[in-house]
Amino acid sequence: MAASVGRICGAKLLKRNTTNVITQISSFSTVREWAGNNRKLLTSLGIVAGGAGALIFALDQSVKASELELHAPEYPWSHSGYLASLDHASIRRGYEVYKNVCAACHSMRFMCYRNLVGVSHTEDEAKAEAAEVQVMDGPNELGEMFERPGKLSDHFPSPYPNEQAARAANNGAFPPDLTYIVSARHGAEDYIFSLLTGYCDAPAGVQLREGQYYNPYFTGGATSMAQAIYDEVIEYEDGTPAYASQLAKDICTFLKWAAEPEHDQRKQMLLKSFFMFSFLCIISFYYKRHKWTVLKSRKIEFRPKSKKC
Amino acid sequence: MSLATTINNLLFKRTSTFLLTVAACTFFFERTFDGSTEYLFEKLNEGKLWKHIKQNYEK
Ligand code: HEC
Repeated sequence: MAASVGRICGAKLLKRNTTNVITQISSFSTVREWAGNNRKLLTSLGIVAGGAGALIFALDQSVKASELELHAPEYPWSHSGYLASLDHASIRRGYEVYKNVCAACHSMRFMCYRNLVGVSHTEDEAKAEAAEVQVMDGPNELGEMFERPGKLSDHFPSPYPNEQAARAANNGAFPPDLTYIVSARHGAEDYIFSLLTGYCDAPAGVQLREGQYYNPYFTGGATSMAQAIYDEVIEYEDGTPAYASQLAKDICTFLKWAAEPEHDQRKQMLLKSFFMFSFLCIISFYYKRHKWTVLKSRKIEFRPKSKKC
Repeated sequence: MSLATTINNLLFKRTSTFLLTVAACTFFFERTFDGSTEYLFEKLNEGKLWKHIKQNYEK
């Protein structure tokens, strides 16, 4: 390595170089040896060729339909803002949407019924929700697996026993687990809201295969998830009108909470640390000034000793 | 004796009373600080927290 660097740069690396960088660089350049006219010609040729290339590329891109995906706009969520908590009534409705719509295809394996307690449901309600599902348990004394009603500590049931079964039932596409989906997608809940409400007819020229649906927010445009959210696809127990946008907003709030259960506490912590650190800042400022008074107000004098004394 | 001197003599002079004072102050400071910031947070998010809607579901 050192030998080859030495061969390329010659003795230049060893010499002490007091000239500036420009002259250093030009001493390595080979352009210097070209005749003056040649150099000008080549430079302008290079600029023209580069410019033309860029122009052709830009023109080509502008007529291509490759970038048909839409990027989700930012929506004014009830929880956007540094100090805004999640809307728990919305989380509760979102759970209803998940249970009645999304749970048919999507699992939420990392959620337990006990997580709902004190967030969207009372303990009794959460117990009742859990008791609605049958959970495989066991083995018992005979070594057999058996089914029992769910308990608070049980996880949400998955619609399919494994990924292969899920793919087989969904045209080869795997409906991802929704527990952490908000953190797992660019655009987070904005994206999911747009995805759920963004279905439309495929534009001319876009080919969809059997079992695919067009959604401009989905990468590539063709998704295997059929539109799931329609006006009044379910009825809310609290009487909120179940329009598609309301359903999508509620499920997104619920999924946001599922992905970030510490959300409210984190924002509350921000408030606390703001006050706490302001207080500490003032104290340390005062303390520094206090300690430095002596240093700032003293004078140091140099008095050379005269030879006499 | 001024108030400051009294406090100094009673609380800060001995290490034992000083530490006790620190512990007691910490307790009261923490309670008021937490209480007031939590109150403020709940006021800012009035109607959104579980606390505010749970009476609709509790029997
Ligand atoms: C009919 C079954 C079905 C239902 C009901 C369903 N989904 Fe899906 N979902 C799918 C499938 C299949 C995919 C995978 C799509 C693909 O990869 O092409 C998917 C993918 C997704 C994705 C991931 C998209 C991405 O960017 O990769 C999200 C988010 C999603 N679904 C949310 C929901 C929500 C929220 C609901 C309830 C309102 C729901 N789904 C209802 C079948 C379903």
